[in-house]
Amino acid sequence: MAQVERQQWDVVVVGAGGAGLRAAIEARERGARTAVICKSLFGKAHTVMAEGGIAASMANANPHDSWQIHFRDTMRGGKFLNQWRMAELHAREAPDRVWELETWGALFDRTADGRISQRNFGGHEYPRLAHVGDRTGLELIRTLQQKTVSLQQEDFRATGEYESRLKIFQECTVTRVLKDEAGRVSGVFCYERETGRFFVLDAPAVVLATGGIGKSFKVTSNSWEYTGDGHALALLAGAPLVNMEFVQFHPTGMVWPPSVKGILVTESVRGDGGVLRNSDGKRFMFDYVPDVFKEKYAQTEEEGDRWYEDPDNNRRPPELLPRDEVARAINSEVKAGRGSPHGGVFLDVSTRMPAEVIKRRLPSMYHQFKELADVDITAEAMEVGPTCHYVMGGVAVDSDTAATVGVPGLFAAGEVAGGMHGSNRLGGNSLSDLLVFGRRAGLHAAEYATGAGRPAMSPAAVDAAVAEALAPFAAAEAPASEGPAENPYTLHQELQRTMHDLVGIIRRAGEMSEALERIAELRERARRAGVEGHRQFNPGWHLALDLRNMLLVSECVALAALERTESRGGHTREDHPSMDRAWRSVNLLCRAVDDGVVLERTRTDPIRPDLLALFEKEELVKYLAEEELYE
Amino acid sequence: MSSYQAAFKVWRGDAGGGGLRDFQVEVNDGEVVLDIIHRLQATQAPDLAVRWNCKAGKCGSCSAEINGRPRLLCMTRMSVFDRAETITVTPLRAFPVVRDLVTDVSFNYAKAREVPAFVPPKGLAPGEYRMGQRDVERSQEFRKCIECFLCQDTCHVVRDHEENKTAFAGPRFLMRVAELDMHPLDAAQEAGIDRKRTAQEEHGLGYCNITKCCTEVCPEGIKITDNALIPLKERVVDRQYDPLVWLGNKIRRRPEA
Repeated sequence: MAQVERQQWDVVVVGAGGAGLRAAIEARERGARTAVICKSLFGKAHTVMAEGGIAASMANANPHDSWQIHFRDTMRGGKFLNQWRMAELHAREAPDRVWELETWGALFDRTADGRISQRNFGGHEYPRLAHVGDRTGLELIRTLQQKTVSLQQEDFRATGEYESRLKIFQECTVTRVLKDEAGRVSGVFCYERETGRFFVLDAPAVVLATGGIGKSFKVTSNSWEYTGDGHALALLAGAPLVNMEFVQFHPTGMVWPPSVKGILVTESVRGDGGVLRNSDGKRFMFDYVPDVFKEKYAQTEEEGDRWYEDPDNNRRPPELLPRDEVARAINSEVKAGRGSPHGGVFLDVSTRMPAEVIKRRLPSMYHQFKELADVDITAEAMEVGPTCHYVMGGVAVDSDTAATVGVPGLFAAGEVAGGMHGSNRLGGNSLSDLLVFGRRAGLHAAEYATGAGRPAMSPAAVDAAVAEALAPFAAAEAPASEGPAENPYTLHQELQRTMHDLVGIIRRAGEMSEALERIAELRERARRAGVEGHRQFNPGWHLALDLRNMLLVSECVALAALERTESRGGHTREDHPSMDRAWRSVNLLCRAVDDGVVLERTRTDPIRPDLLALFEKEELVKYLAEEELYE
Repeated sequence: MSSYQAAFKVWRGDAGGGGLRDFQVEVNDGEVVLDIIHRLQATQAPDLAVRWNCKAGKCGSCSAEINGRPRLLCMTRMSVFDRAETITVTPLRAFPVVRDLVTDVSFNYAKAREVPAFVPPKGLAPGEYRMGQRDVERSQEFRKCIECFLCQDTCHVVRDHEENKTAFAGPRFLMRVAELDMHPLDAAQEAGIDRKRTAQEEHGLGYCNITKCCTEVCPEGIKITDNALIPLKERVVDRQYDPLVWLGNKIRRRPEA
C-alpha cells in the first residue's frame, strides 16, 4: 500500500457550509470526535452567498403562521414531489434551529417588539424569512463558525488542545469514500490543496455536505466549489441519487457585464416590493400565473400593491410566484423579443421605494450593482435573467436519519441530499434545510459511529485512489500514440456549454440525447486531461480531478431529464409542456455502473393522511392521481 | 464590446523565493482583475495559484495586492486602470507566501480562537431573546465582515513588524471584541470575562494608533476605526480611570458562592 498518513476520527464531515458545520457541531456535542474537510478556507463556503433569509414559521411577523402552513407551502412549491416526511420535519424544526442560532451569537434584524424580523418571499404564504439585510448566509456561516471555535475553546480548556475533538481540515479535497469488505464506510481519501499531500481519515461514519452542482453550467450563481463532489462520492460509493432532473434556475441573476453574468440578485428585491417589467414597461408576470396558483395570486397591479400593506385582505403579486414559474416567464419574454438590451428583463425597485430604504434593506445589492455594473439601483432598473442556482436532486436519504440508501455509515445533508424540495425549492427553505438536516445527520452519524467499531481499510482501495489522483500528471507525459493531452479548462468550458445549451431551463428530447453523446465524448477525453507543474497548490490539477465529478453528475441530470416526459418545477420539457399526475409518484434513481449511469424508477411513499388533510380536495386533484386520492 | 491587450506583472514563486513575471493578456468589457487571472490560468499559466471562491465580493477569499494596494481581485474592475498601465498583482505582504498569490493566513485563525465566544445570558431560553433593532445595529455593522483580512494585511502594526504578531490581534479581531462588547445580550461579564480589559491587555488594542488604514481598505465599507476601535479604546479608558467603575469591578469580581 502507498505510504499515506492516516488519522482516526469517529465522524468525518465533508464540507463546511451550513449543513456541514451544523452536522459537525451536533456530532461533537454528542461526544463523537469529529473532523470537517473543506475545499476552501474555513468560513468561505458557498452558504455565505445566500442572501434572503431562513424560512421558519416563528410567527413573529404574522401570528397566523404555523409549521403546517410552512409544510403546505413547501409541498406546493415542490409540486408535491417532495419527500413529504422531510418537508414535515423541516417545517416543524426550523424555528428551533433559528432560535438556537441566537444563543450562539447571531444577530438577526428585529421586529418593533424586539423579536426576529421576518420577510416575505416567493411561495411563502406569510412573511417567514429570518434575515440580516441581504447577507443572511454570511450571518449563518459566521455564527456556525464561531460556535465551532467556541467548542474548540472548550476542548482547549479540557484537554490543552483546540483540535482534540473537533478539527477543520481546510483547503483539502476528498476524492473517494472508502469502504470495508462488507460495504460499510471506513473513511475518506483526501489531498491537501496547498501541498498536494495525500492522507486518509479512518472513520466509521461520513457525512456528505458538499452542496451543489452549478459549475457544470455556463451561467450560474454558484462558486467554483460546486462541482458535485458529494453527489459523485455517493454514486462511486454505491449510493443512488434521486430527482436529478430538477435543477433550479433562479429567475434573477445579473446579465451584464459578461464577466458577472449569473451572479445572484436576491429574491428579497421582489419580496420587498420590486417588480419585473419587459421592454414595453409591462408587469408581465400577471400573464404567467399557472392554473394551480390562480386563486392565490393578485389579478391586478392594484391588488398586488395593496398586499404589501394589507396581506390579510389582498393576494400577493405574481412576481412572488415560486422560482420555476418566474424563471420560465422571463425566458418566454426574452424569447418573444420583449427583453432588455442585454438579454434579460427589468427588475425595478427605484420607482417603488425611497433610495434610503433600498440602501438599508438591500445593501449588498446596491453595492453589487454599483461596483460591478455601474448601475445605481436606487435610480434605475436592474437587468436580470435566469441563472443556474440550485439542484433539488441529490443523494437519496432516509428522511429521519439522513442516512444514504445502501451504504452503511454514509450520510448526506443540505443541498447534496435529495428529496426535501421535490421538483422546486422555495427561497429561504435552503438555509433552514441546512440547519434541520445538518443537525439530524450529525446526530445520527454520531450515534451510528458509537456502535460501528472501526471497519477495516482496504489497502488496494487506497492504492487505487492514489493512482486515480495522480493520473493527470501521467496524462501530460503519455506517449503521443495515446492521443494528445487535454486541457482541463477547455474540457470544463465545453461541458458547461453543453449543459447550458442542451439541458438548460427549457429542454427537448433530441437536445438531451445529444448532450449525453457529448458527455460520453468528454468523459473519454477527460481520461487524458493532463496538467503541468507539481502538486503544490496547482489549480489545473484540482480542476482535472473535479471534472470526474462534474461529468458524472451531468450525465445523471441529462439522463433523468430525458426520461421524465412531463414538465414539473425545475424540469421543463418543451415537448411535454404540462404536468402529468401519473409522474407525481415516480422517483428516478441514478446509480453508477462501470461505464456510466443507469436509471431506476421507484414509487414515492404515500403521503400521510393527516398531512394530506391540510389541503383542500380541489387543490389535491390538481396534483395527485385518482388512486392516490382514495388510498 | 471592446477588447484590448493589457500588460500584467504577476508574482510567481513560493516560500523559497520568486519574482514578478510579465504577461500580455486579453481584457474585455466589464471584467475584473480575477477574470484576467483566470484567463492566465486557462491560457498561459495553468498552475498559477490563486485563492478565490464566490467571485461576488461576499466570501473574502481572493485578497491580494494590486499595484501595492490590498484589494479583492473579484471586486477590482479593469476599467479603473488606464489601458496603457502595467498592472502588478502580488500576494498579501503581511502573511507568508505559500505559492504565487496564495498566502498562509493561519495567523488570523489563531487570533480568532483567542477571543472568547459570545456568552448566552442565563435564564433566557431560545426564542426568548428580545433586542431592539437600534441596539443590534452597531454589532451588525461589524458582522458584515467577510474576513478577507485586507485590514490585517494593511495594518502597519504587523505589516512590516513580524515581532508584533504575538501581542496584536489586528483590526479584524479587535473589532470582533468590540462586536461582542456591544452585543445587547452578551453575558461575558457575568461569566467573569472582561472584554475591555482583555482588548487592551491580551489583544494589543494599545498598539493601534488610529491611522484608519484598515477602514480605507475594507471592501465592506465598515468604519473599523471610528465605530469599533475608537469606541473600544474609550470604553477601556473609562474602565481604567473611572473610580466608580473601578469600585463596581471590585464588588462584582468577588467569587460567586
